[in-house]
Amino acid sequence: MKHTLAVLVENNPGVLAKVANLFSRRGYNIESLVVSDTEDKSISRMTIMVDGDEKIIEQVTKQLHKLVDVIKVNDLTYDETVRRQLLLVRVSADRENRGEIIQLMDIFRARIIDIGRRSLIIEATGDEEKIDAIIKSLQPFGVQEIVKTGISAMVRSPKDK
Amino acid sequence: MLGADILLNCLEAQGVEVVFGLPGGTVIPLYDRLKHFRIRHVLTKHEQGAAHAADGYARATGKVGVCFATSGPGATNLVTGIATANMDSIPMVCIMGQVVRELLGTDGFQEAHMSGVCQPISKHVYTVSDASQIPDVIEEAFFVAQNGRPGPVVIDIPKDVFSQDCQIAFDSGKVRNRIAVKYKPYQVNKEQVSKVAKLISEAKKPLLLIGGGVNNLQENQDIVFKIAKKADMPVSTTLMARGVFPNDNYYDLGMPGMHGTVVANYTVQHCDCLVAVGMRFDDRVTSVVSSFAPNAEHIVHVDIDPAEIGKTVASTLPIVADSNDFLTSLLENLSESKHSEWLAEVQEHRQEIKSPVGSVLPPKETVEWIDKSVDENTIIVTDVGQHQMWAALFMNPPKPRTFITSGGLGTMGYGFPASIGAQIAYPDKRVILITGDGSFQMCMQELAVLRKFKLPIKICLLNNGYLGMVHQWQQMFYEENYSETILDVGPDWDKLAAAYDLNYLRIDRLEQCDEKLTAALEDKEGWLIDFRIDQSANVYPMVPAGKGLDDIVVGE
Repeated sequence: MKHTLAVLVENNPGVLAKVANLFSRRGYNIESLVVSDTEDKSISRMTIMVDGDEKIIEQVTKQLHKLVDVIKVNDLTYDETVRRQLLLVRVSADRENRGEIIQLMDIFRARIIDIGRRSLIIEATGDEEKIDAIIKSLQPFGVQEIVKTGISAMVRSPKDK
Repeated sequence: MLGADILLNCLEAQGVEVVFGLPGGTVIPLYDRLKHFRIRHVLTKHEQGAAHAADGYARATGKVGVCFATSGPGATNLVTGIATANMDSIPMVCIMGQVVRELLGTDGFQEAHMSGVCQPISKHVYTVSDASQIPDVIEEAFFVAQNGRPGPVVIDIPKDVFSQDCQIAFDSGKVRNRIAVKYKPYQVNKEQVSKVAKLISEAKKPLLLIGGGVNNLQENQDIVFKIAKKADMPVSTTLMARGVFPNDNYYDLGMPGMHGTVVANYTVQHCDCLVAVGMRFDDRVTSVVSSFAPNAEHIVHVDIDPAEIGKTVASTLPIVADSNDFLTSLLENLSESKHSEWLAEVQEHRQEIKSPVGSVLPPKETVEWIDKSVDENTIIVTDVGQHQMWAALFMNPPKPRTFITSGGLGTMGYGFPASIGAQIAYPDKRVILITGDGSFQMCMQELAVLRKFKLPIKICLLNNGYLGMVHQWQQMFYEENYSETILDVGPDWDKLAAAYDLNYLRIDRLEQCDEKLTAALEDKEGWLIDFRIDQSANVYPMVPAGKGLDDIVVGE
């Protein structure tokens, strides 16, 4: 099962290498990884998607926590989260089918951000399912190039009074 | 104040008395200031020797071992020693020079990216980029090395930081609050302890299995023995815990695992309640995990490192705690119980290992002879291989911290420099090194350190002209294809000893083990004792790789 881990680390050079090293050394596979600084510039947040059973995820979490640079590890898998991924896709398009693609993208609330003679670049954000659906819908036109970020996730705020 | 002065001041403030090392280009400014401080520097001939010596010093004393090396090759030479300490959770601080800041990342002369190299084999790596950081880094490095599960910490310092003039107070180092919290001692949970106490007294066949984590307290020998007596329960000690339990008594089973005793492995496989403390279920202890301790209804696993819990063997009662605190608390909570039937059953499986018939100098008897000279004041150090297992099986280290050996990494070449570290720490103790001709030749350049400091180490060379353990595997599992394991040409050992002013004694037959040998072992000077042991002798018992502990082989 895929798990989403939110890892707070010190914003030091080499921390990313340490975390990546840990995954490769222990044989865990990173599905996706997003790193950026946070509201506190001295702290970075990594959102790591990793596939594995409960035992593996427990080990990943504990081994991450053993790194001195790691401040906190949260498994967001069972939390109510907002999850977003950014997609850029270059799709073949000529005058004839351009309109059709634009209509289609409207449904997904995706945006056309570049128009070339034979292609379009489309930008979209969403969770994994939405991004997959967009790519699938574009495939008949000819997908030339895909760039995706990993998943960023945030726990939803409590709704009760 | 210069960066080098700040560093040395901080080391003094940490109580560092001895540093092992070797100077080179990037640490000249550090060595330049050394004479102004009380710290004693032991110059080894190779940085690997410095790392192992610092490790041996740490294992013997319980203090943090410190070593220095220059950048590039000096630092990479420490790597084996750092990895060795890391696998056995030994507190060390390794200070490495680095090229000047301006050259960093340009492939400068003697530049190696040591923070990257050391990260996976150390507990933590600090990179210093300004002399003002040194006090905090040193304070935290020593804190991290010793707290939680101990381990080696690496500090990478560019050359120009040593000579940087910096206006700061040198004694103001602080551990960051976050780090202090991260390694805050675990409180022993009384409820859990009483649960364990209840499990033990209610079990029909309990077993206490203790590991290297229990080495950390001298009083533990007494505590563990009292626990064994009170609960009337057998105790097995892993390789890393030899000496933690008094040997040769009713409760002592010796070592479990691949080369463990028959009785220890029998007990592991038949116990219904296994209490494992301060150990990590290494594959050399468990063999095939799926067939490990099949009858244990309850497996209690106590370790200070949460990541070890459930890593290989699933426990029914996991406890994250300091072994010392746990054992002390367990003794208090334990009620007197009797397991006479179980202990009687266990005793039936004690089995004397027999040396090959007609053997002229059988290693078992040889090692047992050496063991006669082991007293309360002795530290046994071993290298890695057959001799290590013979020492672990047939010698009786008197106390915790008196059996120093590379367990997890199995580093050949470790023993001799480690024995130097132990002897430097305790000049008045008798340090006996059990080594083999393969291992010894890996770090024997350190003989010069023996000569210089007149260290009275007793080097017992179990010399069989083989890379014995590999040879044994080739014999047993590779159709006697002895590929490159025959050391037919080595040094002329008596000349080697003479070259370094060492006394030399050669033993070819068991009858030669007599007063002369005892006198050498108990002498005030250093000795190289060259035991020409039986080449055909293999280490038994043995659980072949890929087999469960039940499939133990006791001889040919």
